[in-house]
Amino acid sequence: MWTWFHRLASPPSFFRFADRLAPWVGGLGFVLLAIGWTWGLVYAPPDYQQGDAFRIIYVHVPAAALSLGLYTGMAIAGACALIWRMKLAEVVMLAMAPVGMVLTAVTLLTGMLWGKPMWGAWWVWDARLTAELVLLFLFLGVIVLGDAIEDPRRSARAAAWIAVVGIVNVPIVKFSVNWWNSLHQGATVLSFGKPAITVDMAIPLYICLLATALLAAHAVLRRAQVRLLQREARTQWVKALRAQELGALP
Amino acid sequence: MSQWLAMGGYGAYVWASFALTAAGLVWMSLAASRARRNWFRNEDEDQ
Amino acid sequence: MKSLRGIFRREVDLLRMQVLDAVLPLAFYLLVVMLFAFGTRANDPALAGLSVSILWVGAVLSALLPLPRLFASEFEDGTLEQWCLASTPLVVIVAIKLFAHWCLNGLALAVMAVPLAVLLGLEGAGLGYLALGLMMGTAILTLLGGLSACLLVGIPRAASVLPLLVLPLMAPVVIFGSGAVRAWQLGADPAAPLYFLGSLFALSATALPWACASALRNAYD
Repeated sequence: MWTWFHRLASPPSFFRFADRLAPWVGGLGFVLLAIGWTWGLVYAPPDYQQGDAFRIIYVHVPAAALSLGLYTGMAIAGACALIWRMKLAEVVMLAMAPVGMVLTAVTLLTGMLWGKPMWGAWWVWDARLTAELVLLFLFLGVIVLGDAIEDPRRSARAAAWIAVVGIVNVPIVKFSVNWWNSLHQGATVLSFGKPAITVDMAIPLYICLLATALLAAHAVLRRAQVRLLQREARTQWVKALRAQELGALP
Repeated sequence: MSQWLAMGGYGAYVWASFALTAAGLVWMSLAASRARRNWFRNEDEDQ
Repeated sequence: MKSLRGIFRREVDLLRMQVLDAVLPLAFYLLVVMLFAFGTRANDPALAGLSVSILWVGAVLSALLPLPRLFASEFEDGTLEQWCLASTPLVVIVAIKLFAHWCLNGLALAVMAVPLAVLLGLEGAGLGYLALGLMMGTAILTLLGGLSACLLVGIPRAASVLPLLVLPLMAPVVIFGSGAVRAWQLGADPAAPLYFLGSLFALSATALPWACASALRNAYD
């Protein structure tokens, strides 16, 4: 197990591993997405409260879950990069940031499109929404800092600090906004009536969740590969790979 | 068919969110794949 | 001990040489408040309702101004490299440096907020809660901004990147800080939000100086 882990952590074997894995992960992701969306849009019954608007759940919830998951993953990779100075952890952390930012933006926008017909407002300053917005800025901060410094290792470790400090703050933001909302009582409190989800609504949701996770994994693997190539541009294995790759190109 | 497209009156919201997500996910995967493929070519031009 | 006092003195002397640097954030604060007032109708009573928010945002922005260059002079004249090699632990040096900066910047802004609050129609004990909250709030901002400044030391783009890194993390601070004054305005107990703010300060003050020191070492690897 550990030898396998160590071998994977070396850049050339991670690169080959990602090359073998990524096409399958991405392909399966798109196939499952097509199945999940068709199921969700055509065959799942409409919600008795929300009607057909509830179908936005099939894009909103997977994006939200993955944006949080990617931030957690990024912070863990960042902590590994800071504590053990693992090169691969730095690369994976930086690869997760743009993917997470896209999913966070999708979450916010689809959430607004869901909120308008359901609550009558595009946006409310609720804890979950605000935390997601803060997440967007944290991802942006990691992306900007990850490329701000010329020395890539210093840049990556600086970004790792922001990822780690940020994850401590997300629950604090949630708590503070909840407190803030409770301060002025009498203001209209929006009820987030959860749609009572039945099995034939839930199965496509799980399929969409898995599909989004696979697509995110695919994008992270590919971006990590590019980061590795940039870092290791002068090493033998990249030079050998380049010769092979350019020979194979038409 | 047109009834399905109307989504019980919520058509605009449902289709807009699906279109947006599709654009986001497709861009996310394609940009990442393209970056990996192009790296070798661009690196070749640099030298 | 002597060297520690030396670091503090150095910071004060540096600022005495450039009085303008110390006064600039205060003038900026006044200008922000003035422009906010001009953004509303003349003598609009609604301004008093928004005063807490204006005063907090103005103070945060003003305290942000000098942060990108917090370690710039030490970086340029090589002091920073000596700090990394000094016998005094780097974390102690950084903590004193941040404390000195807060005394000259954050504390001044918290005091300055009181007359500005009077201009915006805030009265009574609320002024005290505002100043107390701002003291802790600017301290947290100095610590967070200090970490960002350490991460960005020697980077030309620091001034544009630092606010992006720091401001999202200030959301809870602004909520609890202005919440204390608003709780008092609503007749509720302002102690709870101040305790929350205090615990945020305690958390940042214990963790962030170490992070700053590690970030500075990172810059010299």
